[in-house]
Amino acid sequence: MSYCRQEGKDKIIFVTKEDHEAPSNAELVADDPNDPYEDHGLILPNGDINWNCPCLGGMASGPCGQQFKEAFSCFHYSKEEVKGSECVENFRNMQECMQRYPELYPQDDDNEPSKETDDAAAPTATDETAPTNEKDSGPAESSPTSEEPTPTASPPKS
Amino acid sequence: MLKCRTVWKKLAPLARNSSTLCHQNAKRAVLRNEKRPGLLQRAQMSAGPSGGGGTDNTLYYVLVGATCLGGAVYAYSTLRGDKQRYQDRISEIASRPNKATQEQTEIQTAAPEATKELAEEASEPQSVADEESVPSTPSEEPSPSAEPPAELPSETETSEPVLAEVSESPSGTAESATGVEVVTPEIPEDPGKSEPQEEATPVQFEETPIVESSESAPPAEAEAPEPVVSEAVESVSEVIAEAAQEAVLESVSEPAQDSISAALPEQPIVQAETSESAPEPSAEEKTSEEPLVTSEPIQETPVEGPTEPSASLAETTEPPLETPTPEPSEPFSSPAVVESAEAIPVAVAESTPEVSAEQIAPPVAESAAAPVTPTPAPAAPTESTPAPVLEHAPYLLIGGGTASFAAARSIRARDPGARVLIITDEPDLPYMRPPLSKELWFSDDPEVTESLRFKQWNGKERSIYFQPPSFYVDPTELAKVENGGVAVLTGRKVVHMDVRGNKVRLQDGAEISYDKCLIATGGVPRNLQVIERAGDEVMQRTTLFRKIEDFKSLGKVSREIKSVTIVGGGFLGSELACALGRRSADLDLEVIQMYPEKGNMGKVLPEYLSNWTTAKVRKEGVRVITDAVVKNVSFKNGKVEIKLKDGRTVKTDHIVAAVGLEPSVELAKSAGLEVDSDFGGYRVNAELQARSNIWVAGDAACFYDIKLGRRRVEHHDHAVVSGRLAGENMTGANKPYWHQSMFWSDLGPDVGYEAIGIVDSSLPTVGVFAKATAKDTPKAAAEKSGTGIRSESETEAVAVSVKAGTATPPSPTHQTDDYGKGVIFYLRDKVVVGVVLWNVFNRMPIARKIIKDGEEHADLNEVAKLFNIHED
Repeated sequence: MSYCRQEGKDKIIFVTKEDHEAPSNAELVADDPNDPYEDHGLILPNGDINWNCPCLGGMASGPCGQQFKEAFSCFHYSKEEVKGSECVENFRNMQECMQRYPELYPQDDDNEPSKETDDAAAPTATDETAPTNEKDSGPAESSPTSEEPTPTASPPKS
Repeated sequence: MLKCRTVWKKLAPLARNSSTLCHQNAKRAVLRNEKRPGLLQRAQMSAGPSGGGGTDNTLYYVLVGATCLGGAVYAYSTLRGDKQRYQDRISEIASRPNKATQEQTEIQTAAPEATKELAEEASEPQSVADEESVPSTPSEEPSPSAEPPAELPSETETSEPVLAEVSESPSGTAESATGVEVVTPEIPEDPGKSEPQEEATPVQFEETPIVESSESAPPAEAEAPEPVVSEAVESVSEVIAEAAQEAVLESVSEPAQDSISAALPEQPIVQAETSESAPEPSAEEKTSEEPLVTSEPIQETPVEGPTEPSASLAETTEPPLETPTPEPSEPFSSPAVVESAEAIPVAVAESTPEVSAEQIAPPVAESAAAPVTPTPAPAAPTESTPAPVLEHAPYLLIGGGTASFAAARSIRARDPGARVLIITDEPDLPYMRPPLSKELWFSDDPEVTESLRFKQWNGKERSIYFQPPSFYVDPTELAKVENGGVAVLTGRKVVHMDVRGNKVRLQDGAEISYDKCLIATGGVPRNLQVIERAGDEVMQRTTLFRKIEDFKSLGKVSREIKSVTIVGGGFLGSELACALGRRSADLDLEVIQMYPEKGNMGKVLPEYLSNWTTAKVRKEGVRVITDAVVKNVSFKNGKVEIKLKDGRTVKTDHIVAAVGLEPSVELAKSAGLEVDSDFGGYRVNAELQARSNIWVAGDAACFYDIKLGRRRVEHHDHAVVSGRLAGENMTGANKPYWHQSMFWSDLGPDVGYEAIGIVDSSLPTVGVFAKATAKDTPKAAAEKSGTGIRSESETEAVAVSVKAGTATPPSPTHQTDDYGKGVIFYLRDKVVVGVVLWNVFNRMPIARKIIKDGEEHADLNEVAKLFNIHED
């Protein structure tokens, strides 16, 4: 049912759904799972944490990045029976730091769950498309962010 | 005298000669009858030296006399003027106390809770976390701004309104005379001393309760860990159950939420820390006249300050509150102030400890500087502040766009404690540009030009700024912050780069050295020469679109005019045409788009698809003029007149030139870096490296793509990807450009696409489209999705379209080609080098894989099957 025509150098094929129902016989090169150049998700093939994963947003790079890294790697590498039970101190440090940046680390319950679900999808597809990139720019919250640009812009006027 | 005359004798003939030559020529051209002007002159001249010596002398005397007289008059007037200005200044200063006190009261009313709590707190130290942090400030008051950094996280909110007011006073009135300005907030306090004193006394009383509360902290602290533990463990167990990445966020978010509940016990902990310094203030009160004691907390300020950038925001609230307290307690205050005024402390305060040792002055200086520096936007004030302080940045990123920000993030993620300095000539913190030509135009919010917020693909709103100001560190404190951070110098331009010395020079002459440097200078929009030559009237009516201010000004202009013409048929031009076209009906605005190609996106899309797209753009209300080469532009009768090569003429009110980007490579010369002659931009290797310590990313980088060869890419995602990569390599990753960037564009409700690789319409293409009828789907999808397609997720729109498509099975009789959705392969030497996903979304990994493989495929239709173009 497909229909094909050539316009100069350009070939145009129209296909129906049925045409494309048969599995593709195109051959793809098998990926090297340990390709060091490839972007990975949050956990690298060797089990280490990929701090540069876009899925982390501004977590690892923000002002509390250090505390976050300590807490999360403590948890990640924890061998305790109750995983992470020895990391309480680290997590508390992180909390303390994050409390100082309510704007960066919003503590609003409403926003958190949705954010998790969004970000959870990102690392699985290591290559995020455009929207993910925009989103990956971290915890953006409603009111504070909108106010910030205004002071930024206003002084020149005055 | 003698010399003068000899010189004159020698030179005068020459000078006259040349002038007469001109004269003669001009005369010859215009008036043929007067044939001998030169001869006449020459005669005069020859007579001059002999007979005219005396007249020359008198002339000389007259001139010298006049100059002397003029000089005297000038000197007198300047002196007088200065005196006048001095008087004005003094009177202004004298009148200012009221203003300052007013402002103080304003500030106090603005944060009425703060002051009330001061009193309340004395009695009940246990209040909500927010309040608690505020009361902690009084404990600091005696030791001016020693601790503010330590806590006050929650106070930032209250500080915001205050900040605005505070910043008005120093930056608005001070500007030129910072030194003098510093005095003013002080002086007012002398008359108003009685008030502050009253205030001060309760504060001093409070001090003890607070110290107590910090003493009582240990028991509270003992409570704290337990809930935290249990919750942490909760989150931990959840984590195990769920995916790892969720775990992160979970553990991040949960503790964060917990922290609210845990805030109470934790606060004392913070205070316990502060209590270290708390003894000092109390000591200071007892021995209130010991300058040494005060100098200590002051010197601490710079050290502790850096730890929290947002705290420095919060600081701004403090100085006004603080200033009253220290003053009454210290009789030295006023002399100290005068001294500080002389020293012009704003910038110096931190660099020269001597000045800061002169108590009081530094906190005040900070109060003036604080509103300025933490929000690094205002260019003028920052100029004076950081220049002397910032001399070295381990990571220096030139340019404040997407690539730079991506690199900063990447560096920070990989190098713990990294200190990153971004220098941008824009007045804004790093922001993303795509929404400026996309989502922001479709916002329902009338204030969008101010808020700069848009709805993302997932329906959530966000700002175009990557991060709020509190994310960044004050540039002056970058070297001192405990865990490093990212600082942005806005409104500053790097003009010279010394590769050998590893340093750069800014426009204002400041020099900053670096260990590693990224050049991410992007580019400036090109203009058409015919427009540049057309004169000011046309230039005033021309927008070159790239920055926030361009978005704002075009948005404003489009409401005031009747006709706008977009020159350019690429991404930006087509997106803006559609954006304005959509508004055209409401605004009664004629939107014209013209370009030399045959159709929209003619350099990117194959011709058939470009034509089809053009039809869609026309449907958006845009009058599209194809094959239009602009020959001449002029301003006539209040209209801009554009003449085309083929004789057509277009009259319009405003031009938007979207004719490409010129990569900014000004540093190439001083740095000795290579500029690519074909693509433009700094030439770098596959690891984006130009020299040992220099990398280039974003629009300005002409890099070697191992798969696709040398390229330069001007897209947002490329800035993200290359910036990230550069950041990784600056921290030792040694990775080549491997992960292909993509880009996307949307033109009205029927056309949305994503693309990857080399997408050049001059290459042979194979397009595989889902067969559909003429009545097909994107339209239906658009109708169903309503007007704001932008606010819908693209996938959603497509989902609808597919259902509609499958619901009405295509009949073979309908052969009106409708390129509703499909995939287009771009071939070079029979290998796929580029893919466009046409109204097909979330398939980019497949396209990326095909390009990465670089294999020759016998039947691309089979490859197309991988994309499931019939599915959602």
